[in-house]
Amino acid sequence: MKLRWLIAGLAAVAVAMVAGLALGPLRLPPVAVALELLHLHSGLTPREAAVVTELRLPRVVLALLVGATLALAGGCYQGVFRNPLADPYLLGVAAGAGLGATVAIAFTSKGGAAVPPAAFAGALVAVVLTYLLGAAGTRYRTPATLILAGVAVTSFLTAVQTYLQQRNAETIREVYSWLFGRLGTAGWHDVLLLLPYAAVSTAVIVAHGRSLDVLAVGDEEAASLGANPKRTRYILIVAASLATAAAVAVSGLIAFVGIIVPHTVRLLAGTSYRAILPLSALFGGAFLALADLAARLVLAPAEVPIGVVTALLGAPFFIVVMRTVRRGSV
Amino acid sequence: MSARSVTVALDDRTVLRGADLDVGAGEWVTIIGPNGAGKSTLLRAVGGLLPFTGSIELFGTPITGLRRRERARLVATVPQQPTVPPGIAVLDYVLLGRTPYIPTLGRESRSDLEVVHGVLERLDLTGFAPRPLERLSGGERQRVFLARALAQGATLLLLDEPTAALDIGHQQEVLELVDELRRDRGLTVLTTMHDLSVAGEYADRLVLLAGGRIAAAGKPAEVLTEENLATHYGARVRVIPGEHGPLVVPVRS
Repeated sequence: MKLRWLIAGLAAVAVAMVAGLALGPLRLPPVAVALELLHLHSGLTPREAAVVTELRLPRVVLALLVGATLALAGGCYQGVFRNPLADPYLLGVAAGAGLGATVAIAFTSKGGAAVPPAAFAGALVAVVLTYLLGAAGTRYRTPATLILAGVAVTSFLTAVQTYLQQRNAETIREVYSWLFGRLGTAGWHDVLLLLPYAAVSTAVIVAHGRSLDVLAVGDEEAASLGANPKRTRYILIVAASLATAAAVAVSGLIAFVGIIVPHTVRLLAGTSYRAILPLSALFGGAFLALADLAARLVLAPAEVPIGVVTALLGAPFFIVVMRTVRRGSV
Repeated sequence: MSARSVTVALDDRTVLRGADLDVGAGEWVTIIGPNGAGKSTLLRAVGGLLPFTGSIELFGTPITGLRRRERARLVATVPQQPTVPPGIAVLDYVLLGRTPYIPTLGRESRSDLEVVHGVLERLDLTGFAPRPLERLSGGERQRVFLARALAQGATLLLLDEPTAALDIGHQQEVLELVDELRRDRGLTVLTTMHDLSVAGEYADRLVLLAGGRIAAAGKPAEVLTEENLATHYGARVRVIPGEHGPLVVPVRS
């Protein structure tokens, strides 16, 4: 991986972080915010410092983590399925996690800690369903086949989820606000809930960058090179689904991060997963933190759901990716 | 390399029936046969890439008893149409050949890079190292595919139709290169080939596969007979003795 891209990624995270902390109803000088973060003398009043560290910091950190996790999961699925269109949302993984989380919220007294495991179970079921559907039947498999299967799985799981929501009307508000992304209510407990899952899955996925590069020559050639494509694929599907589920559990449905970020990284820094994976995590975090900032500022004092912001940016981007895929250049 | 009564079924269809094959160290053996005879299947089975019944031994060890990485250090395969990952540079592609030496979660060592640079130099590819593989010409690509196989450090080289995509000049260039490498590095070569004259020119021995069975095996002059080719290919040919092997010329009746 080229060092300058790593530095650029870290810089992007720093910029997104300072911008996210400095901007809002109360505008603060970025330099002072940066100094405050580093526990240096910043010149902020105690009230301003509290806004930065207690109100805005958990939200910005959560956005960084969720963005990093989703982008990393997207890049990972693209390598595992050798499919440039793969994305946690398009594969139905997020819908599965959403259903799992809804079940946890509806049927357990206080969602909380039960939400991530339930979301994880839902995510795994969904990705397996999508893969089986996408691999079944037709001999004419294209990158789109898997995505079509993902669409079917997403619709089905979303229908089940809607049914559950209607049946459990008393929890409907809670589920609804969560569905559209709820970084707005983020606190440190969300960060702590996500952190262990994000850390484990990130470590596993980033460590497999080289294995994904080997997988890129196809299963049979990878096997002839001494790799174990099946095992690699199982491990990475579990890790990416865990990452997605944890992100969905704390932040709701935020689409397209998993496709925008890895593709941009691929265009800039090359096609090796050893570069794509860590850079996706960095730029994904920065991207989501900035998207969250936009969500807060555009209609201030009201907030646009962050899922709306990413979808507005992501859907046109997806079409661009699809066109380049058809030309066979991705 | 020694195979005994190897049988392979793909999609409930028996593609290979009880094939026996021996390849001595340093030998070049070429498998010929009509389309669908099971040539590629036999090669893939020897490479350990297909489930089979019977036994295949590499240097005295049953191939099924080898771990993946051990096997990849002994036998390297160049498939008929290797997958070219989009955007990959020649250097990175050849480096994939070091996979059996690099820990699953680790990265390549200095010695891995040394091997790769050595192979690139040997195959006159040093100048191509940073170039995207997909932009290279057919002949150059075939050299890069060979380079990856050589980087594996394997002594048995399996080449599936190595010249299928090349014009006659590049065919000779690649096969001469393989022969030089075989002598320099003491490699054993097992390949499939369509062009019978070319097959006979370069191989020490030929194996004629037909209908999943071995129909004939031996020196090129023993296998490439007008009678054999009429029986198994349904072809009318004239066989003319040549300097290195018989020349097979198709004729109209």
